[in-house]
Amino acid sequence: MTTGKTFAYYPGCSGSGTSVEYDKSSRAVCEALGIRLVDLPDWNCCGSTPAHQVDHVLSAALSARNLAQAETLGLCETLTPCPSCLKNLHNAVEHLREPGFGARVNALVERPLTREHSVKSVLQIIYEDVTPEKVAEKVTRTLNGLKLVPYYGCLMNRPGRSMHFDDEENPQALDKLMRALGAEVLPFPLKQECCGGAMGVPDNRITSRLSGRLLEYAVSLGADAFVVACPLCQMNLDMRQAQAGDYYGRGFNLPVFYYTQLMGIALGLDKTRLGLDKLIVKPAAALAKIGRKAKEEAPAASGAGRTAEAEVEA
Amino acid sequence: MKIGVFICHCGSNIAATVDVLKVVESAKSMPEVVYAVNSMYTCSEPGQQAIEEAIKERGLTGVVVASCTPRMHEPTFRRTVERAGLNRYMFEMANIREHVSWVGKDKAANTAKAVDLVRMAVEKLRLDKVLIPKFIPATRKVLVIGGGVAGIQAALDCAEGGMDVVMVESEPSIGGKMSKLDKTFPTVDCSSCVLGPRMVDVAQNERIELHAYSEIASISGYVGNFDVTIRKKATYVDWDKCTGCGLCTEKCPSKKSYDRFNEGMGETTAINIPFPQAIPKKATITAASCRLLSGGKCGVCAKICTSQAVDYTQKDREITVKVGAVVAATGYDLMDWTVYGEYGAGRYPDVITSLQYERLLSASGPTGGHIRRPSDGREPKEVVFIQCVGSRDPSVGRPYCSGFCCMYTAKQAILTKDHIPDSRSYVFYMDIRSPGKGYDEFTRRAQEEYKAQYIRGRVSTVYPKGDKLVVKGVDTLVGEQVELEADLVVLAVGGEASQNAPKLAEKLRISYDGYGFFMEGHPKLKPVETNTAGVYLAGSCQGLKDIPSSVAQGSAAAAKVLGLLSKDKLESDPQTAGVDVKRCVGCRKCINVCPFGAIREVDMRGQIKAEVIEAVCQGCGLCTATCPQGAVQLSHFTDNQVLAEVEALCQS
Repeated sequence: MTTGKTFAYYPGCSGSGTSVEYDKSSRAVCEALGIRLVDLPDWNCCGSTPAHQVDHVLSAALSARNLAQAETLGLCETLTPCPSCLKNLHNAVEHLREPGFGARVNALVERPLTREHSVKSVLQIIYEDVTPEKVAEKVTRTLNGLKLVPYYGCLMNRPGRSMHFDDEENPQALDKLMRALGAEVLPFPLKQECCGGAMGVPDNRITSRLSGRLLEYAVSLGADAFVVACPLCQMNLDMRQAQAGDYYGRGFNLPVFYYTQLMGIALGLDKTRLGLDKLIVKPAAALAKIGRKAKEEAPAASGAGRTAEAEVEA
Repeated sequence: MKIGVFICHCGSNIAATVDVLKVVESAKSMPEVVYAVNSMYTCSEPGQQAIEEAIKERGLTGVVVASCTPRMHEPTFRRTVERAGLNRYMFEMANIREHVSWVGKDKAANTAKAVDLVRMAVEKLRLDKVLIPKFIPATRKVLVIGGGVAGIQAALDCAEGGMDVVMVESEPSIGGKMSKLDKTFPTVDCSSCVLGPRMVDVAQNERIELHAYSEIASISGYVGNFDVTIRKKATYVDWDKCTGCGLCTEKCPSKKSYDRFNEGMGETTAINIPFPQAIPKKATITAASCRLLSGGKCGVCAKICTSQAVDYTQKDREITVKVGAVVAATGYDLMDWTVYGEYGAGRYPDVITSLQYERLLSASGPTGGHIRRPSDGREPKEVVFIQCVGSRDPSVGRPYCSGFCCMYTAKQAILTKDHIPDSRSYVFYMDIRSPGKGYDEFTRRAQEEYKAQYIRGRVSTVYPKGDKLVVKGVDTLVGEQVELEADLVVLAVGGEASQNAPKLAEKLRISYDGYGFFMEGHPKLKPVETNTAGVYLAGSCQGLKDIPSSVAQGSAAAAKVLGLLSKDKLESDPQTAGVDVKRCVGCRKCINVCPFGAIREVDMRGQIKAEVIEAVCQGCGLCTATCPQGAVQLSHFTDNQVLAEVEALCQS
């Protein structure tokens, strides 16, 4: 377990915008697990998808600058909650090993890298270094009764040769962590299928079709909620859930949690640090399932079985 | 010595980038060279004639030919000089094609290198000695390892030619992969009707001694004289007494044993006979599933057996046989497809292998020939076939084409329609590879007559949805993604070298490639020979192949064995190592490095000395390079000869 270990922390742009609740809850959970995060000073955009589509050197330079900022902290292990940022950091580290490439990148950045860097997602550190078993020991409020579908998105584990995390085709990290919290994890074969990514900007029919399919499958499994680890996936499934519903001519009402929010609840962290109020699809009904036995579940109206968790969010 | 040098043009192969006449001129001034000439094609009839005439007319005592690789034509020219009365070892070859003209473009540099190579050959030839082959007695009996269709063919053909055969099969029955197939392409004839009688022939042939459920423990010796130890694995049933009545298999209470023959598509009893046509038709107990052998109480089979054949105390035992030649026909394994997470890695019961599908199609299979989904026993209507699973895929270390999957997939699509007329079959393929007699017509029939829909593209994922399987892929001809809802997904899993192939290769002292397939002597001209004399190959152990090719190789290997053992005595290659006992200090280094076990330790008046078993020595030269005393010398490649070559090179 990495208690006391210090990492450079790169929140990425969504962490300070559309996914503040992911950033907030990630920090809270890391603190509770003894993972010390130090923010990268003056970090910049990772370049997201546009940068590497235009120019690999530019893309690598943007990430290289962020890694250089980690060096100013005397750190060479960087964590980020965002899979897209992570992929760009991985790509940069990988490309910089290629002969000649490093020189072209260094010509663009003011501070050339001097060390070999390791980059990981917050999820990877919690899963591999802390481990689900240790997380289970720290659970103070089990998520018993909550049926979750884990959704990893396209980037968290792929391509395997650069992401170096979990099973490329059937990842288990979220499954096992959520089970460690006491939740029921449903077998979700679409756990890595495309949510539509950034296509919602030019044409939301694409995200509606693709995310809607994930939602339909999750509903057919009898899920109470999604659990995700990617800001863009979360946005497509949560914020655009109504669009997907319109596209399929049906309504969805499935909350989409960041795994860190559910960990926060299970570890008994202060609710104000988990940003549950930021979710578009309100999670109260799902959270109300916690602690209930399957048998009682069916007929109960929302009022009667309301739990403390639901009260907080109401 | 009077040396003649012949420089070959090889058409333009050599002459285009080497000044042949200049090489001829240079050769004329080399020591003891009395004659040098160029030739358009030295290996042609007039080319060889010219050498013979020169030997006779000019009294040559040694010949150098500068042309192609000795792997190609050294035997040719040795015969040429022998016809003209010279000893065949008074001949040297300089490779100025593969080593010079084909690899360099600079004519001046090429010419200089060609001259150097000729000079080296001349210097080596000057130290060549006349070598006379010896004759060794041979055992006229052959060991066939593997009782699949290739091994069966080899064994029957050898027996037909009057040769005694010992066949060793690791499974309880012979028949191999072919016995598991329902029908065969491109004729759609019943596999067991074709193979069954051949299996019976093996059992009934008096010249064939069959050891099923056995493996090769060790092999020593050399061509004509191999000593083989066969380990007969414990079956817990005395096969001399067992009548194959099958009563025990009906009464066995342990019915959950993995059914190897049915590829896990059904379950079998702990004591079982793998299939109705099994040869030998004898019962075998799977110890791990047997209640009594795994420590519990039972003994039902022993009680029920009317011939008292069950023997729970049976142990593995070893027997030894002496044979003159060996045919390896050990076949292949299916690749472990569960590395493919995108196809579910084995999590979904209705994603099955092509061989499992064969068992579902087969009338003697677990479903009696009715196609039923493993999950719920329902008859599938939409069947998706995915080709190239574990073939042509470098990402899983299988970049090669397995060669037979395109054809058996077409066959299975046809059979699916035959079994379930209102079914639809879809085949995801990369390319349709069907270059055999009647093969392409067959794949077209699957499409045109049987309406199998072929989709050119790969599948990205298979996942369950309700009681269906969603197959997502791409149609690269249309340039679109496709999504199909299937009841059953059949993976055309490719083959790989059998797991034990490398171990067996080491016992046989033959080479195998990076995938574990046994290496043939020459990719074109020695397809069933190996580089170890007396060891031959047949079937998929040499490289994946279909039934007709396997059978052809079985017959080819048999022809080679019959040819080899047609004489009572075999000629041995005299290019072997020899030990100078005065120099040998008995350090055993040569014994340790010899890959053929051709050097033994002898006691000479109380001192340890090395001794080469000439018939076993393959002349590789490892011992010569290893001996710290220079005591071991390889005839025709002595230290002095190699040094003479080096000196010739350094002088230039």
